[in-house]
Amino acid sequence: MNLVRSHVLVCGGTGCTSSGCEKLIKEFDVQLAKAGIDKEVKVVKTGCFGLCALGPIVIVYPEGAFYSMVKEENIEEIVNEHLLKGRIVTHLLYDESVHEGEEIKPLNEIDFYKKQMRIALRNCGVIDPENIDEYIAFDGYKALGKVLTEMTPEEVIAVVKESSLRGRGGAGFPTALKWEFAAKQPKGQKFVCCNADEGDPGAFMDRSILEGDPHCVIEAMTIAAYAIGSNQGYIYIRAEYPIAVNRLQKAINQAKEYGLLGDNIFGTDFSFDLEIRLGAGAFVCGEETALMTSIEGYRGEPRPRPPFPAVKGLWGVPTILNNVETYANIPQIILNGAEWFKGIGTEKSKGTKVFALGGKIHNTGLVEVPMGTTLREIVEEIGGGIPDGKKFKAAQTGGPSGGCIPTSLIDTPIDYDSLTKIGAMMGSGGLIVMDEDSCMVDIAKFFLEFTVDESCGKCAPCRIGTKRMLEILEKITSGNGTVEDIENLKDLANTIKSSALCGLGQTAPNPILSTLKYFEDEYMAHVVEKRCPAGACKDLLSYVIIADKCKGCTICAKNCPVNAISGEVKKPFVIDQDTCIKCGVCEGKCPFKAIVRQ
Amino acid sequence: MKSLQELEAIRNKTLNEIHMRNDRTEGIRIVVGMATCGIAAGARQVLNALVDEVKKRNLSQVTVAQTGCIGMCRLEPIVEVYMPGEEKVTYVKMSPEKVARVISEHIVNKKAIKEFTVGSAEQQDKEERE
Ligand SMILES: Cc1cc2nc3c(=O)[nH]c(=O)nc-3n(C[C@H](O)[C@H](O)[C@H](O)COP(=O)(O)O)c2cc1C
Repeated sequence: MNLVRSHVLVCGGTGCTSSGCEKLIKEFDVQLAKAGIDKEVKVVKTGCFGLCALGPIVIVYPEGAFYSMVKEENIEEIVNEHLLKGRIVTHLLYDESVHEGEEIKPLNEIDFYKKQMRIALRNCGVIDPENIDEYIAFDGYKALGKVLTEMTPEEVIAVVKESSLRGRGGAGFPTALKWEFAAKQPKGQKFVCCNADEGDPGAFMDRSILEGDPHCVIEAMTIAAYAIGSNQGYIYIRAEYPIAVNRLQKAINQAKEYGLLGDNIFGTDFSFDLEIRLGAGAFVCGEETALMTSIEGYRGEPRPRPPFPAVKGLWGVPTILNNVETYANIPQIILNGAEWFKGIGTEKSKGTKVFALGGKIHNTGLVEVPMGTTLREIVEEIGGGIPDGKKFKAAQTGGPSGGCIPTSLIDTPIDYDSLTKIGAMMGSGGLIVMDEDSCMVDIAKFFLEFTVDESCGKCAPCRIGTKRMLEILEKITSGNGTVEDIENLKDLANTIKSSALCGLGQTAPNPILSTLKYFEDEYMAHVVEKRCPAGACKDLLSYVIIADKCKGCTICAKNCPVNAISGEVKKPFVIDQDTCIKCGVCEGKCPFKAIVRQ
Repeated sequence: MKSLQELEAIRNKTLNEIHMRNDRTEGIRIVVGMATCGIAAGARQVLNALVDEVKKRNLSQVTVAQTGCIGMCRLEPIVEVYMPGEEKVTYVKMSPEKVARVISEHIVNKKAIKEFTVGSAEQQDKEERE
């Protein structure tokens, strides 16, 4: 009998992998062996804990000690002090996790986790994703067992319908309705697909679920297949997610070995098989019809709907497609019941949503909150606020299809309908926080550059229209815009919205429309006064020396890389605007704060 | 996987190994003092015996943890038992043999073993001195 008394969980998500978790695991092995306790302590590589900004993260159980930003050279101390002698190494702990009296707090009392509720992420950072037994230990495949041995396909759909689960991939379509359409199609070949393309810049919710808990998606897809009468599924995932692909493949192999995929699952006459299809990472391939075209082996381009995939999908047969996070909720809904799920969230948005928190915020990382949590709670309490004492200006949700939420609306509850009402959208869960130094015109330009790049070119409104919008934005940010340009931009945006072929083009104008809605004065400042109020658009920026404050100390002139600053010692200096490259070095060097951006 | 029983068997077997990752706020906690003094007095064997016993009996609501010096080095190895809603019980001069009794009488049958506790050890000390 092995006497494992302590588990060391090392985050093996993509974030912590790039900050060196593999080395930590090796070092733990070495140090544990040296201390002679390698049989008593088990090192487990898990999925993402969520607090990526502080990676690599190591949690030691049973104490639940949360070590952050762990370095290779810290391991010896953790092993010798904590694991050998039971003295938690307080100075290496995440500050937030320590009470004043040096007692450590349980994880769910740390600010970052306190307001979170983990359903889709429940196993992430808790189990070893490459070990199916650990998934099973935390009730894995129990929902599938229940479905196959106790429920009819209709009953499964009824529970999902009753739960009011809506798609987490962006559009928020009721999941059960899709399943019902497909189930009602005549018997025959049908497919179940999973959308793990995750093309939004900055989003990594789906990747983290697949890296941390791949079996929950496999289990859910099998349940969906039973519900609609399918025997084959595909997971479409971008090749840019190598860790997720690798763990998913291992998970599929283990499930097959255990007979949880394949023929006669749980001794019933239901059979289901699952394969991975790799995408090349084009944003448009996340759109459902383009995704299926890509699985079929063609160039990933969308096609008009109807017919909807539930009727005519992959290879022309009824197909359902759901997002990774949507699936991750299914086993829990089956096990805990629709009533339980309905008890979480708001009237029309039930359950939780995972967000990838990024931008100007302390705790960049992955969070899961009940629907209806306000943006303020996410930014200030969970996210730990804006760094460097700066002020919150806006948050962007929904990526290139979404919009901005300004300060005045920071108390908006985050749910599908509230977000749509204010011109933003839930999207798939990217949440980028911006502070006073972010220029909203520049943000709109950033997303437009992305859509222009990613437009597949099949329809004219998107191919030509997005390009024209980008050109106007470039004109405005370089100081050559006119008031008429803003009017044209609005016109163009509304036309593209109503005429593009697929969601990519239809939503591409959103970042422009929503910034115009809340920050039109900022656009006006660019075109009328040729000024960027946030000081972000370089072409509109100039550095000047305030003569009253300048002591003529010459420091700025010595540091200017292009010799644009001149003057006489002890008299006010001046910056030659034609030579200045706006690098900002002088502003940082001036000891008297005499240099300002205008 | 041919039956739910098979699944349940894997679940139970593995849960025993990993239940310690569940939240620390619930269930019974047994803490062993593992500072140098404790280790020298044999705390590691006590710790291993506890882990072993808890596992043998499938006590999935019990976590065994370690801590640093509890402060009474001459009474090591020391084991503290925290039951929800009850005062902490401190056992001193523990041994692997005593562990079996603590688990069966205290943890399972909920009756603390007076003679192993710090209170009784101090009483004994006093009597010896008199
Ligand atoms: C341009 C574009 C990109 C999309 N990218 C994704 C994506 O990366 N992941 C995703 O789940 N859905 C994406 N969608 C939404 C899908 O078309 C589809 O609605 C979704 O996968 C359905 O699953 P759900 O109902 O579970 O949300 C995208 C849509 C568009 C128009």
